[in-house]
Amino acid sequence: MHHIDVSSVLRETLACDLYSNLVTRTTGAAVRGQIEQLLGGDDMRRALTVIDFSHVSMIDFSCADEVVAKLLIRYTSDDPPHEAYFLFRGVTEDHRDAIEAVLERHALALAVEREDRVELMGVLSDDERRAWYATYRLGRAEAADVANEIGVAVDAARETLCALCRRRLVMSVNGEYVAVGHAA
Amino acid sequence: MTHVITVPPSLDDHSFEQVLEQVAPLPPDEKILVDARHARWASPYGLTALLALAQTRTERPAFAAPELEETASYWARAAFFQHAEALYDMHGHYPKRAPSGESNVLLEVTPVTKGEDVHSVVGMVQERAQKIIKNELKLESKAIIGFAMTLSEVCQNIIEHAGQGGWVAVQSYRWTKRLGRRVVVIAVCDAGLGFRKSLESAPGHLPTSRWGDATALEEAVIRGVSRFRDRSRGQGLAGARNYVGRWNGKLSVRSGTARISIVPSWDDDVPLAEDLAPFAGAQVQVIIPEAAPSGANEKDSPMDI
Repeated sequence: MHHIDVSSVLRETLACDLYSNLVTRTTGAAVRGQIEQLLGGDDMRRALTVIDFSHVSMIDFSCADEVVAKLLIRYTSDDPPHEAYFLFRGVTEDHRDAIEAVLERHALALAVEREDRVELMGVLSDDERRAWYATYRLGRAEAADVANEIGVAVDAARETLCALCRRRLVMSVNGEYVAVGHAA
Repeated sequence: MTHVITVPPSLDDHSFEQVLEQVAPLPPDEKILVDARHARWASPYGLTALLALAQTRTERPAFAAPELEETASYWARAAFFQHAEALYDMHGHYPKRAPSGESNVLLEVTPVTKGEDVHSVVGMVQERAQKIIKNELKLESKAIIGFAMTLSEVCQNIIEHAGQGGWVAVQSYRWTKRLGRRVVVIAVCDAGLGFRKSLESAPGHLPTSRWGDATALEEAVIRGVSRFRDRSRGQGLAGARNYVGRWNGKLSVRSGTARISIVPSWDDDVPLAEDLAPFAGAQVQVIIPEAAPSGANEKDSPMDI
């Protein structure tokens, strides 16, 4: 598992220790570029990366759009650089408004650490949300286990889990499913 | 011949229209003298708009400073004169340096020309805004971050769309006559491209029969349309609109000959003003009021309006 401290990336990007705020679209684009470099290229097969906001004072809408939304859009596209999964850490109330706004605008979702658990933020259908939380509770589960947990047909559960895999919120491991953040 | 433009005694976003009405008939190469001798008070909007006004003139304008010592001192503390000197031929006596001491200036008049300026502005305002928003406006701490986000987005508007630099200022004061409460005010003014021209530069832009400054403002401020095809764009002003809505504030954006406002219940402004005197660029004002009405017997401070 990789760990990227966004605040360190910000300081390196600006070549300056003075600012701990993620503001402006230009800064956001530069920070995302740096994060993508750290994530590695085509030679990587599958990786889970913690994107850590713990030392970021604030983030504005434009920067959230560049750093969070565009990162997720690229890695959940049909042609991502590699199979990357993200777990967001250190997201406080001070960051929440901006991040939620851009997730909503692009219909995106992410997994975020909250004290001793992981939660979802963003736009998900009720089925997706229920399937994800069931998978998270179960730890490592087959589609039938998830179907049983949320009371739907196995095919329906499998379809929802596949959608969550495409959204990089669930990993498929040898026919079983693991929610992002469960083993982080 | 020099045309004298009289600055009203109390200069805010509304009374600044009187200045623009005097300037509108004059070609940009006509010499003007902006006469602020009888000015007694100016909002952040008034101060930043005076600087933007100078940028619209091809013939360097002249400026007569306020005669009232208290006013001149306040404008100096807001760093107005230090920037005005670069744009106007200055007349009259005014403090060359900002006097020290307590001030309700959260952010003195500051130029915004590049992204680094936005970082700097947000950094400077954060600490002071925290005290004022929490202790004086009595708003939840969540309002502090929203305030910094809004400030950042409205400043970025200059960099992204103006095509030239602009000015930002932030002040807090007691708005006794109009509201009876304390407010914190952000003003961001530029004399650049303006919303209509910016949106007209979008690929494939097809103007409708009613296309103009007012419709451009409606597109940008209400519908979040931007000149960029990227649908991520246009979130800045939408975010500012949401912020003022949540905290019962007011947002007004003037560009060209129109002004659009998100008007709270405590204000009687019109949502859309058209056929105003032309003013190049964009002028944005955000007002966030104190959470609850203050006591009726509170005494006015010298800078009250």
